[in-house]
Amino acid sequence: MSVKSTPRPAGQKPPFWRDPAKRALIFQLLLIAAVAAFLLYIIGNTQDNLSERGITTGFGFLSNTAGFGIVQSLIDYSSQSTYGRTFVIGLLNTLLVGGLGVLAATLIGFTVGIARLSPNWLIARLANIYIETFRNIPLLLQIFFWYFAVLRTLPSARESMAFGEAIFLNVRGLYLPQPLFESGFGLIPATFLVAIAMSIALVIWNKRRHEATGKRIPAGWLAVLLIFGLPLVVLIATGVPVTWEMPELRGFNFRGGITVIPEFLALWLALSIYTASFIAEIVRSGIQAISHGQTEAAQALSLPRNLVLKLVIIPQALRVIIPPLTSQYLNLIKNSSLATAIGYPDLVSVFAGTTLNQTGQAIEVIAMTMAVYLTISLLVSMFMNWFNARVALVER
Amino acid sequence: MIHNRDMITERPAPKSVIGPIAWLRANLFNGPINSLFTLIGLYIVYLLFVPSVQWAFINADWIGTSRDDCSREGACWVFVNARIGQFIYGLYPSEETWRANIIFAGFFALIAWLAIPRLPFKRWVAIFALVAFPVIAYVLLHGGYFGLERIPTNRWGGLMLTLLLATVGMIAALPIGIMLALGRRSDMPIVRSFCVVFIEFWRGVPLITILFMASVMLPLFLPGDMNIDRLVRALIGITLFQSAYMAEVIRGGLQAIPKGQEEAAAALGMTYWKRMGLIVLPQALKMMIPGIVNTFISLFKDTTLVMIIGLFDLLGIVQAALSDSRWLGFSLEGYVFAAFMFWVFCFSMSRYSQYLERKLHTGHRN
Repeated sequence: MSVKSTPRPAGQKPPFWRDPAKRALIFQLLLIAAVAAFLLYIIGNTQDNLSERGITTGFGFLSNTAGFGIVQSLIDYSSQSTYGRTFVIGLLNTLLVGGLGVLAATLIGFTVGIARLSPNWLIARLANIYIETFRNIPLLLQIFFWYFAVLRTLPSARESMAFGEAIFLNVRGLYLPQPLFESGFGLIPATFLVAIAMSIALVIWNKRRHEATGKRIPAGWLAVLLIFGLPLVVLIATGVPVTWEMPELRGFNFRGGITVIPEFLALWLALSIYTASFIAEIVRSGIQAISHGQTEAAQALSLPRNLVLKLVIIPQALRVIIPPLTSQYLNLIKNSSLATAIGYPDLVSVFAGTTLNQTGQAIEVIAMTMAVYLTISLLVSMFMNWFNARVALVER
Repeated sequence: MIHNRDMITERPAPKSVIGPIAWLRANLFNGPINSLFTLIGLYIVYLLFVPSVQWAFINADWIGTSRDDCSREGACWVFVNARIGQFIYGLYPSEETWRANIIFAGFFALIAWLAIPRLPFKRWVAIFALVAFPVIAYVLLHGGYFGLERIPTNRWGGLMLTLLLATVGMIAALPIGIMLALGRRSDMPIVRSFCVVFIEFWRGVPLITILFMASVMLPLFLPGDMNIDRLVRALIGITLFQSAYMAEVIRGGLQAIPKGQEEAAAALGMTYWKRMGLIVLPQALKMMIPGIVNTFISLFKDTTLVMIIGLFDLLGIVQAALSDSRWLGFSLEGYVFAAFMFWVFCFSMSRYSQYLERKLHTGHRN
């Protein structure tokens, strides 16, 4: 890389600024000095400004009483709870909308991406229109659209749209029946876990047997049957220990059941639909990246069509699809911070919004918020590196 | 022996091979499952497109001055018509909008010049666009010089502000991104780790927290008597964010240049900056243009977030107009208009980037 200096007569050293190693050292020391000076300048200014405004630093504020309500909390929360608790509530709400968003975006994205490659002209065209429409409109605008133009114009609670006698949709949100678990229900999740363990064992056994004898059973279908069938059998055998609490109209509002607030619905819809348009493109290009020769070679080996897909196309396409897919998941989680624009109580809205305004602890609050997102990104990129190392083609 | 000496006249191909019916059979109704999908597709079209077209065009009201001119059966484009000045210029004084118009015209002319392959003097136009034009734009838009009335930045808004945030963020991020990308590939461990940390930090956090940081924490970082304009604070945040993404695009481009290029340059005795500036970057930058356009599209969409810290970009000004008591209940029209504006810009840019990708990839397709 570096340019070697021409040989000199013995005893005469080149000046130090001509020596690449020394020059690199000096340059790096200068960089450290510049960064340190910049940080010192900022820290000094910040201390002056904080003492001028009478703000004490530190994380002591986290144990003070928050004194404000939050419309949606997955764990117990009241206005008597602490600021530290608002952080947890916000984080859980972020993870909730992020997790459900990832799920919905994956489902829609894969469907649309495969539809985009359909031989049916109309279906391919519709999928293309979906992709080109939603990925070229800012996400915030889509959130506003769902929230202000759709959900905020729904009828009031008394004139709710009813789906059967169980699900109601109105301007205050979506009301769903809530399952109440009676004693003995604990058996069902337990069987579910057992069924998962059994299916994993089944798949491994099938693979070993296939490699040893060449025979195989449809283990995938059996696993699905096991995972859903076994808990169902137990559920019926124990006499269905679940009752449903239906939402009921009392006065001006619904009581009982699960309430999904419109802020959540708008954010979730917009995030899933927006991210799905990117996922669809990733899926399409991933499938198209597999050259046609692969299919032809597999067919020449007289593999049936479903095995061509399962053993040749999908494993190779996934290698192309998964890295950009995870970065889309990451984008979705980061984009869920737009919740603050419509008041869904996520981390940024509750903690970097209300808590920051009430306490004035800007540095601590923003640092904690950023740390959460950085941790999530780091975890995801660690997974990515692991995955890439695992699926990388072994080149000889 | 009987010879037929007459040529048999050419017959058209059978109806089952060419023509609209054959096309329908081949593309829409080949097999029962596909026919079912086609019917479902047609039903979706009927369900979505027919009411939208009726709402947006057939039953819509176009002419008028107040909400009474709208029948409320379809879209009320009167609302958008009445507010179009604000949507484009924000609160910029209406008698001064000619200044913004000149900048708009210059902006689009420069973009067109750079985007159309046949036009000459690309390099000089690019230098003018990156160096001289921003200065001219600032002087003309902000005023205060040459007898132009001074218009503070809090009156800037609408589409003008959206374009301004995106382009300034982009132009400012380009040199920082190049330095970061070069630093990340450097042999010096401290420089490299500094660049990695910088890039991963800004890429790892959502833009909105960066904007919050720029608007809440930046005043704390600076000496107490120093007051930064809100627009500038947003621009600092956007530039830092964008430079990290830009650095990754540029790094991708640098990796595509064979190592032999740099080694050959080093063999000729070129210094690092000459190797980079004359050999590697000119080749890499050309390959990066599609990637750069793609990050620009995301940035263009992301500029809408500045409304959360109180700037009135296109979406912000539409949102503000919706709460006007004279025009309540036209949120759909407002959002559809804003969405259309964003869509036109983003869609044309993405098409351009696809065209560039095709142009750059000739001969490498399988």
